Amino acid sequence: MSTTIDLDKAATAPTFTGISAGRKARNSLATVLMTLAFLVALVPLVWVIWTVVSQGIAAIVSSTWWSQSLNGLLARQEGGGAYHAIVGTLLQGLVCAIIATPIGIMVAIYLVEYGAGTRLARATTFMVDILTGVPSIVAALFVYAVWISIFGLPRSAFAVSLALVLLMLPVVVRSTEEMLRIVPDDLREASYALGVPKWKTIVKVVIPTALSGMLTGIVLALARVMGETAPVLILVAYAPYINFDIFGGNMASLPLMMTVERSNPTDAGADRLWGAAITLILIITIFQLLAAFLSKVTAPKTK
Amino acid sequence: MAKRLDLKDVDIYYGKFHAVDSVSLAVPPRSVTAFIGPSGCGKSTVLRTLNRMHEVIPGARVDGEILLDGENIYGPSVDPVSVRRTIGMVFQRPNPFPTMSIRDNVVAGLKLQGRKGKKELDEVAERALRGANLWNEVKDRLAKPGGGLSGGQQQRLCIARAIAVQPDVLLMDEPCSALDPISTLAIEDLISELKADYTIVIVTHNMQQAARVSDQTAFFNLRATGEPGRLVEIDDTPKMFSNPTEQATEDYISGRFG
Ligand SMILES: Nc1ncnc2c1ncn2[C@@H]1O[C@H](COP(=O)(O)OP(=O)(O)OP(=O)(O)O)[C@@H](O)[C@H]1O
Ligand SMILES: [Mg+2]
Repeated sequence: MSTTIDLDKAATAPTFTGISAGRKARNSLATVLMTLAFLVALVPLVWVIWTVVSQGIAAIVSSTWWSQSLNGLLARQEGGGAYHAIVGTLLQGLVCAIIATPIGIMVAIYLVEYGAGTRLARATTFMVDILTGVPSIVAALFVYAVWISIFGLPRSAFAVSLALVLLMLPVVVRSTEEMLRIVPDDLREASYALGVPKWKTIVKVVIPTALSGMLTGIVLALARVMGETAPVLILVAYAPYINFDIFGGNMASLPLMMTVERSNPTDAGADRLWGAAITLILIITIFQLLAAFLSKVTAPKTK
Repeated sequence: MAKRLDLKDVDIYYGKFHAVDSVSLAVPPRSVTAFIGPSGCGKSTVLRTLNRMHEVIPGARVDGEILLDGENIYGPSVDPVSVRRTIGMVFQRPNPFPTMSIRDNVVAGLKLQGRKGKKELDEVAERALRGANLWNEVKDRLAKPGGGLSGGQQQRLCIARAIAVQPDVLLMDEPCSALDPISTLAIEDLISELKADYTIVIVTHNMQQAARVSDQTAFFNLRATGEPGRLVEIDDTPKMFSNPTEQATEDYISGRFG
């Protein structure tokens, strides 16, 4: 083969064309628009974080914030801490998670593994969808109506947890359901073919395979409901002291502490309000990191 | 170990769809039977009825008798789980359990059936992996996840997993279709070795493979699309490939099909 140009050959148009000017222009325009949209979305985010941190940082770095309640302090008196509210938020969240997680997982297992296509499964899915859209105030009023008006039981942290269960349950069902559905049927069949009964296949093969995503979904659902305000406003009274009894007495929580301190016009009130806000954001962030960590640890590995 | 299978007038349905029509055939112990036939003629369907995996699909149903050493596996008091313990299965796509190590994959059947004892399980794992010609390749990384092996190794891992529960019969649905020629040969050699202890039924689209590994070959076909699949003929492999009784078989084997 010679490398010189064959002058006798007829000239042909090149097969490939350059990028047209029109496409270049559209590309630049789209890039600019998307960057702008990104900035517009970023501004409020940064602003919120900046406001909360700058207003609240003074409160949470004080030595007593994480270890003391506000018991015995006057509204205008500086000092004390949010320990009572942190305990309340975590307790109410924990009780809610203890109730909602097993129920949610079992409902999801029923929907995916047993109920597929049955009328009961369709009705359940429909109900879960509706529950997903129920506003927290409605869940709180429902619990108030049943727990307090009908059963005559006192307002308590447990009532709050029940309302949170109503909010957390559909999210747990939905996320668990999705995770179970993406477990390939191949694995279930492989297990059946080894002579493993169905329930054991679910417990030992399907759930471990889906576990990583299930845990993420559950922790995120919990983080979401811990910031809910309507249930704590309606179902329990604020207490400036520490209360571990979920069935009786008043109990603080971070959202409740914020609404109470909002009507405190002094500087001390403002500090507590923003301090509680940061604390709530911090707790939710920690839960989200925990979710990411759990999902990483439990994910199926290939190496 | 190694029992015979007899199918008597087996009709197979998916809901209302009649997938396979009246199959009768016998699989002698310690032999390899190959199922061949065009796509959609019901080979996998027949294979899956042999260990009651067919009924896992909602609406799926089987009529007729399938006898394992004379005992009907579809008898009214027979637990499908116990049938599957006796008749193992290897699937077309390798499907090791992603959350388990290589060793745990091999002993998964025993462990999930509730048998414990670390030492016993270690021995079973080694025996099964040697049986599946995989021991030398994985003996240094038994604790590593099964998903990290190559496709061919994963398929042999699945074979090891199936023989670790010591079934009487081993069913294989196109076990080599996702593998390269070398892994395929490794598995064919393995099948010839396993024949000494197991009754084997294998589905394959590869005529040479059927000719190489099987003692008898069953040819399935459809009369027309939409009609149920049926068994055209079953005979000793050499005879099927040199001088089959049915014209349809000869056409299919010589590539004059359709
Ligand atoms: N889960 C199912 N539900 C309904 N019909 C099915 C199902 N699986 C298979 N069939 C139908 O049953 C018939 C036989 O299918 P089968 O999978 O047994 O074919 P095959 O011979 O194994 O084909 P291939 O060689 O492509 O694997 C086909 O008509 C198929 O569409
Ligand atoms: Mg098939």
